[in-house]
Amino acid sequence: MIYIVYLIFYGFLVTAIIGLLASWIDRKVTARVQYRVGPPILQPLIDIIKLSGKETLIPRGVSKITFLAAPLVGLSGVILVSTLLWVNNINQSNSFMGDLIVAIYLLAIPSISIIMGGFASGNPLASLGASREMKLILSYELPFVLAVFVPVIRSGFAIKLGQILTFQAENGVIVGSWSGALALIVVILCMQAKLALVPFDMPEAETEIMGGTLIEYSGSGLAVYRLMKNMLLFTLPFFVIILFMGGLRLDGMHLLYGILRYVGLVALITVIRNTNPRVRIDQAVRFFWGPVTVIAIIAVVLAFRGL
Amino acid sequence: MGVKLKALLKSPWVFHLSTGSCNNCDIEILDCLTPRFDIERFGMLLAGSIKHADVLLVTGSGNRKSMERVKRLYEQVPKPCLVVAIGECSLSRGMFIHSYNCPVPVDKVIPVDVYIPGCPPKPEAIIAGVVKLIGKVGGK
Repeated sequence: MIYIVYLIFYGFLVTAIIGLLASWIDRKVTARVQYRVGPPILQPLIDIIKLSGKETLIPRGVSKITFLAAPLVGLSGVILVSTLLWVNNINQSNSFMGDLIVAIYLLAIPSISIIMGGFASGNPLASLGASREMKLILSYELPFVLAVFVPVIRSGFAIKLGQILTFQAENGVIVGSWSGALALIVVILCMQAKLALVPFDMPEAETEIMGGTLIEYSGSGLAVYRLMKNMLLFTLPFFVIILFMGGLRLDGMHLLYGILRYVGLVALITVIRNTNPRVRIDQAVRFFWGPVTVIAIIAVVLAFRGL
Repeated sequence: MGVKLKALLKSPWVFHLSTGSCNNCDIEILDCLTPRFDIERFGMLLAGSIKHADVLLVTGSGNRKSMERVKRLYEQVPKPCLVVAIGECSLSRGMFIHSYNCPVPVDKVIPVDVYIPGCPPKPEAIIAGVVKLIGKVGGK
């Protein structure tokens, strides 16, 4: 019973609200960087309400079920992973063996849903975007998993999120060590690619393939995709905060520190996105399999040496 | 006024469509997105795909080839949607009125909600026109 409350209240509502706010922060910071005024605070919510009120067009000759189910698959993946993270964050003894692996698997589902939707829409540009997204997943998953391995090693081979959190509460945060800092850099780069933001936004490059995978989506399908992306903008930094920065604590001064960590991460993502041009897909693959993987391997080796 | 309409007026995503214009109006439309005018204040974004758009900005005189595409694109916009004709050419075909290649003006093919005259209209005029449109649809 209590898990249903977690699922609906924390997993969906709180995550959606913080995600929409984060998306506003992202747009506002972007506007300020470009010396503009930027949208009002409720703008992401208004966008989603507007989109859900519009007509949903289904292209001729596509599989209706796959086309309409793909956004829902992605959204439910995000809701599940954020529920898992909230449960561990609030009650650290409440985790099961290997929930870190489950979280990594669930974090891949939004990208897979985008691929599903892109191939289901039957548009050549959407297929191009979906194939780029697939290559992007292949490129960033290896360094991401290697970097996530670092907190596991440092907390004595605990594959439980709760155990990693208790280790950090007792021995200080993981980012405080050399291996943790290197792994954090790798994870932030992978996060940028997972969120499909510039410089890794080839799947939906607006200037060359016009929205890419989302080109055929309109109305409520697009609304669900946007909500999914906004929630992912909370869930991924939250995952990083749990693994590397000791989680969000909801009591007293710690709440303020938690908010500062989160807003700092979002602002960092936004600044990276505003100061870089888009790279080509082959450059991205080379970047992730080359330097980023090397840094991740160095971090793992350092973690084994206890640094 | 329902919630849906209110939300539509607060975040109109625009798609700009050139039906054979000299590109001057298109440049003025893009000027609206620059720091000086910044239409994202009103929640407007430039949509990449026609299926994401709420407002269709039509420029150009509309020749025989492009009018078929205009009609097809209008059918692809998810309804409710609004159409804005920008520039002298899309209002009355401008200097191409006697051309063999421009048989009808844009508003004979698709319903136009707002006409913004000028060759090209200033970004201020485009923003003023869209604000008038929002006022008209909102019933003010």
